[in-house]
Amino acid sequence: MSRLAVPKTYKLYIGGAFPRSESGRTYEVVSASGAFLANAAKASRKDARDAVVAARAAVAGWGGATAYNRGQVLYRIAELLEGRRAQFVAEIEEAEGVTRAVASAQVDEAIDRWVWYAGWADKFAQVAGNANPVAGPYFNISVPEPTGVVAVIVPQDSSLLGFVSTVAPALVAGNAVVAVASERFPLSAISLAEVLATSDVPKGVVNVLTGSPAEIAPWLASHADVNALDLVGAGDLDWISLEIEAADTLKRVLRPEQGPDAAAPALGRISAFTETKTVWHTKSLR
Amino acid sequence: MPAPISAGTSLVTARERALAVLGGEPDDATLRRYLHGIAGVDAVGLEQRAAALGTRSIKTTSKSWALDRIISLIDLTTLEGADTPGKVRSLVAKAMNPDPADATTPRVAAVCVYGDMVPSAIDALGGAHGDPDDGGIAVAAVATAFPSGRASLDVKLADTAEAVAAGADEIDMVIDRGAFLAGRYGLVFDQIAAVKEACRRPDGTSASLKVILETGELVTYDNVRRASWLSILAGGDFIKTSTGKVQPAATLPVTLLMLEVVRDWHLMTGQRIGVKPAGGIRSSKDAIKYLVTVAETAGEEWLQPHLFRFGASSLLNDVLLQRQKTTSGHYSGADYVTID
Repeated sequence: MSRLAVPKTYKLYIGGAFPRSESGRTYEVVSASGAFLANAAKASRKDARDAVVAARAAVAGWGGATAYNRGQVLYRIAELLEGRRAQFVAEIEEAEGVTRAVASAQVDEAIDRWVWYAGWADKFAQVAGNANPVAGPYFNISVPEPTGVVAVIVPQDSSLLGFVSTVAPALVAGNAVVAVASERFPLSAISLAEVLATSDVPKGVVNVLTGSPAEIAPWLASHADVNALDLVGAGDLDWISLEIEAADTLKRVLRPEQGPDAAAPALGRISAFTETKTVWHTKSLR
Repeated sequence: MPAPISAGTSLVTARERALAVLGGEPDDATLRRYLHGIAGVDAVGLEQRAAALGTRSIKTTSKSWALDRIISLIDLTTLEGADTPGKVRSLVAKAMNPDPADATTPRVAAVCVYGDMVPSAIDALGGAHGDPDDGGIAVAAVATAFPSGRASLDVKLADTAEAVAAGADEIDMVIDRGAFLAGRYGLVFDQIAAVKEACRRPDGTSASLKVILETGELVTYDNVRRASWLSILAGGDFIKTSTGKVQPAATLPVTLLMLEVVRDWHLMTGQRIGVKPAGGIRSSKDAIKYLVTVAETAGEEWLQPHLFRFGASSLLNDVLLQRQKTTSGHYSGADYVTID
């Protein structure tokens, strides 16, 4: 007797929970050949608002954790990703219509990037910070601090790699993230959220919205409680308007990038979402 | 027989009315017979009704109206052991000008402080001190050994009289929950009546008396209904859910239940009693549910400062954020409202 398949409903990831969209909307995700894969939630502006609230609540805890601790938590995610390799490879094969080898290569690259960024957690401040020479008996030290809530429009042309390449660097410095997943390939992003939910990442540190970036991005760009906006995957949107709206509330903005090298690993992606704090401290005069 | 409204209720009238309603002296036995004769609360029905009232969709212009109305019904509260005159001054500044970036924002109804902070509050209010129905901001003081109420009657009365003498317009008293739960209704009645007497000013006017039931400690809905009737019979001008120091504080079903008592009392005597949910109302969304419940239960005429109040501190900021969203069209953030 044949068995009926049980298709999975992919939901949003907000504040450590997996809610449906507040609007109740879903959309069909189809494979490269047009076959039905799954229903994904179509997030509304209120889901985006809720995600920002969850992210804001998580900033103090995550940004306040020691860099070493953040690094350990991020490494742990890479370990869990490794354990779910087969699931991600199968998902990417189906969604993108690529061969197993290509899908495997994408998953490997994603895990390697995650590890690379995790390693920077307790090292980037040494590179991005500085001990400044001053004309007086003082230490003058500049250190990078997290900017707060970062909204990311992730690269739209990949399932997993684009998501990892943009979310991981924002996390390294201690920011909380609201990520808008690829509209065509949202499933791996939600599967990754399931990994995050069972790892040591505090709730609200990463929030994943699926649906239409064109619909959600303007609300995130103009949201006064979002501190930075990564538009790397917004090339097909009216991103100039988004940048202008973001300027109204003085957000840090990264512009769209296209092609296979979009969001390539770089220290700049970490330091882009930091604020430099400079402190003075007296030297001992003996 | 239309009775006088709000603070001006004559004490003689209140006592006479109680005697008439009870059919005897307000001692333990008579009150017990009366209060236990009231029909029990259908808890499931009450919670279902409250949940149903919470599902109304209030949008656009209705929402704007509701947000402004919520602000004008707030008793902006600070009741901390760490309160200082400076903290009260900043609270008053916020009460007078909730959103400095938008002059069209209404003022709150009152500031609610401990009795010893009343002079600081009045000082800071200056010319803005007045009746919220006339656009002023009243000063409410908690009294009677708030929040536990565990003190002798003399101490409670002195506490009350001192706050009134200092210029408090409204007194928020707590009932003796221990006595109530032990069935000593006469004692609770007498204490409320005595505090009401202590609210009198030398010129014959009287501070408005809010009676805090502390519903979180009364355990059952039946007790809440009895305590509401008892407080109104004893002369309270307002019945208030909670001190905010006990969980659960205000909930929608409890407030609905108290509104039903107030409605029934109005039908019976023509007198309008106020209701004040306090504690735990933090979001505009929740506050709008309360507005709907008031309008659907007691009537829209109750949505004015002398008949309905929110006891809240963090609610105001959330309403201001929503208000900014409504006027500007984009979501606002905590950096755009003042810190308490």
